Amino acid sequence: MHTQIEITGAKILLELPFGLTITETQVNMWIVMALITGVCIWLTHDLKVKPTSKRQIIAEYLVNLVTNFVEGNMGKKFKSYTPFVAALFSLAMCCSLISLLGMYSPTSDLNTTIGWALIVFFIITYYKIKTNGPLGYAKSLTEPIFIMTPMNIIGEFSTPISMAFRLFGNVASGSVISALVYAALAWLNGVIFGWLPGFLGEWADLFPILQLGLPAVLSLYFDIFSSVLQAFIFCMLTMLYIASAAQTEEA
Amino acid sequence: MERALVLMGCAIGAGLALIAGIGPGIGEGYAVGKACEAIARQPEQKGSVTTTMLMGCAIAETTGLYGLIIGLLLIFVAPGLFLNRL
Repeated sequence: MHTQIEITGAKILLELPFGLTITETQVNMWIVMALITGVCIWLTHDLKVKPTSKRQIIAEYLVNLVTNFVEGNMGKKFKSYTPFVAALFSLAMCCSLISLLGMYSPTSDLNTTIGWALIVFFIITYYKIKTNGPLGYAKSLTEPIFIMTPMNIIGEFSTPISMAFRLFGNVASGSVISALVYAALAWLNGVIFGWLPGFLGEWADLFPILQLGLPAVLSLYFDIFSSVLQAFIFCMLTMLYIASAAQTEEA
Repeated sequence: MERALVLMGCAIGAGLALIAGIGPGIGEGYAVGKACEAIARQPEQKGSVTTTMLMGCAIAETTGLYGLIIGLLLIFVAPGLFLNRL
């Protein structure tokens, strides 16, 4: 009656030479990418000037939604960032939602989120240097006084770190808590129904009745609400950081 | 004995690290309360108030998540690390 709790990171599926490895994260990420690409191709094949199919209306609605969203938050200047933000959002959302199917969610691997956050960090730094010039960027690090330079540099690097850890922490903590609750319910099930005589007691381990209700509620919160919200927040912060990096600071 | 000490330290440390959850809890509650007041005052701004509130909550949550990550590291990573050193 000893239940084993297994909480592991991504499993290594294949080892390549030079120390490279193919992990569950990558394979699931490929699945998500194929899924999104497939949906995009299905939504956008044979478009007409006047939409006749429901498919095209849905596609136009989604594109309009994202375009208005990006324009509202970043301004007309950054309209070209719509595909980037949409791709980031759909990837982040589908990567977290894949855990509903019982698969390892790529966003509960820190490597994935750090990668996305680094992309955003480079874009932010590019815009800061582009708007203020290299010297202006260097000067903005020494403000308000020279002694504050280390703090400012830490502040620069804390942006991607906090973004990555926010997404990772939410998804990973959700899966850890779910695993703990499942294990606790299995144990409780054994304690309560293990006393039953005959085959009922032996079957208690096979059919953990207590695992029916509560995990669904938790899954509703951690898997659906939390992952969609965190994907939304990741994109929102991306847009806000990029837009604020490009603002000229002549004050 | 040393193993037991290391494991005990990691477990107690993980518990202490999650005290960090208090701050975001208070902060988010305060933010949501203020958002409720704002919606009560201007119901027509409900959408943008909710969006801003969720953003703020998510950012306030970050410090709590740092504590959580320290806790996870102490439970899953640190024991192996320290026990190998012994």
